[in-house]
Amino acid sequence: MILKGKTWKFGNNIDTDAIIPARYLNTSDPEELAKHVMEDADPDFPNKMQKGDMIIAEANFGCGSSREHAPIALKASGIQAVIAKSFARIFYRNSFNIGLPIFESDEAVAKITQGDEIEVNADNGVIKNISKGEKYSAKPIPPFMQELIAAGGLVEWTKKRL
Amino acid sequence: MTITEKILAAHAGKEKVSPGDLLNAKVDLILANDITAPIAITEFGKTGAKKVFDNKRVALIPDHFAPQKDIKAAEQCKMLREFSKEQNLDLYFEVGRMGVEHALLPEQGIVVPGDLVIGADSHTCTYGGLGAFATGVGSTDVAAAMASGECWFKVPESMKFIYYGKLNKWVSGKDLILHTIGDIGVDGALYRAMEFEGEVINSLPMSGRLTMCNMAIEAGGKNGLIVPDAITEAYVNGRAKRPYKFYTSDKDAVYADIREYDCSKIEPTVACPHLPSNTKQASELSSITIDQVVVGSCTNGRIEDLREAAEIIKGKKVNPNVRMIVIPATQQIYLQAVREGLAEIFVEAEAVFSTPTCGPCLGGHMGILAKGERALATTNRNFVGRMGDPGSEVYLSNPAVAAASAIKGRIALPEETI
Ligand code: SF4
Repeated sequence: MILKGKTWKFGNNIDTDAIIPARYLNTSDPEELAKHVMEDADPDFPNKMQKGDMIIAEANFGCGSSREHAPIALKASGIQAVIAKSFARIFYRNSFNIGLPIFESDEAVAKITQGDEIEVNADNGVIKNISKGEKYSAKPIPPFMQELIAAGGLVEWTKKRL
Repeated sequence: MTITEKILAAHAGKEKVSPGDLLNAKVDLILANDITAPIAITEFGKTGAKKVFDNKRVALIPDHFAPQKDIKAAEQCKMLREFSKEQNLDLYFEVGRMGVEHALLPEQGIVVPGDLVIGADSHTCTYGGLGAFATGVGSTDVAAAMASGECWFKVPESMKFIYYGKLNKWVSGKDLILHTIGDIGVDGALYRAMEFEGEVINSLPMSGRLTMCNMAIEAGGKNGLIVPDAITEAYVNGRAKRPYKFYTSDKDAVYADIREYDCSKIEPTVACPHLPSNTKQASELSSITIDQVVVGSCTNGRIEDLREAAEIIKGKKVNPNVRMIVIPATQQIYLQAVREGLAEIFVEAEAVFSTPTCGPCLGGHMGILAKGERALATTNRNFVGRMGDPGSEVYLSNPAVAAASAIKGRIALPEETI
């Protein structure tokens, strides 16, 4: 699968309260959540982002609460993928479980500037920076996670095993 | 092996496991709350399972926006209630019986030493204080585990934290863990188990142990753990609802990192906005004025915490510029606080004494901050917007510092008020 889109950059330790503030968690409707995506990191983000965009962040993206609403809000808003230096572990799990593509790459995070057009090959983790004509690679996805993706997420994987 | 490795191995039916191994393990208990359970219930339906794997091992606790703060929250809580009825769950806790999940489950003996517990709440790691392996997961993980009774895990590396020396006055488990997070950073234990030990831990009461393990997640940890001992035995004896097992770490267990702290050098510690790792000594912050103080949460809402705050505030008044909100974490703590006269002390001091709820801890209800307002709380997170407007600020401390600050109207040390 090839993902192509424009990038938005964020810093270190973007927590799940910044991705989707708790004040909106009296619902789990993805469309409702998407309206407030990243609002406490950048109040204008829900208005200025476009479907298909990607988020580039420094280390420990998604730290804090276990709310699956965070990757759900990102996915429902149309964010295609998140590339970060590292992810907090519950966010990492949740993203695979619900099918939000995420990649770890120090190099891509260091070299991409906000607004760059990039192309991510989700199968081999090769990231092409179309704006700059560069190429980076993401850490390979562990085999078990690939199995989850191939099954269509954790629910489908569980269904087959029950 | 470490205690983390041993508990995971035992639940996966293996003799030995090593960090990095992926395994499927049987879970002893699964929990979710009014925010995370609705998604879990919907996803559970999609697995094709008709019944949960065991109706005695799924705990649903409406504590975050309960008592139901608005119509949407009421609808979420209703989903939990209806699912619990339909599945005949033993461990559903209605308002009036509920408490903040991570205080309630150990108190009621529903989590026991040696357990493997997953919860759709990041502070599930609290139960490491009992010598259980417990970790936060997402709602979909809970859905899959409710259907299969299993969950997949990557065996984490372990880090060891040794606390020696003598604890200073007014320094408790909260200060030790804040100090530690300040030292290693909010991702200092990313993907790892945090094992706490040493002479100070050996005599730390269960309340302080639960507080320390509660905040392992604030350093990115997968779980916190304290090897069970006589203090654990005294705590679980008489309350455990299931047989329990004490695991220990082997002498030759391997740790990715070992850190030692001389506790005589640790003073009452405060985490400043907007990260739990942004710590300073409380004594350096006496110029910081505050609008609100919250004593409560799964971190510091236990009876010991309320006693500590009451001791400071007894016979005094909350500063006219401050709103003080005290929230016992469970009904049992609430009742005990009433019986011991703590409720009276708080109300006479002109603080609010609330029914159990997560409430303001996550900016839900019962004490939300306006733009520009500043709170000192005994909770565990001070991210941007955590307790209300993104332009508000949260400082984190132990209950004694919180009570002293409520009196002074600024961050203060307990001895300043005595
Ligand atoms: S008290 Fe706060 S940290 Fe604890 S479970 Fe509730 S919202 Fe989460």
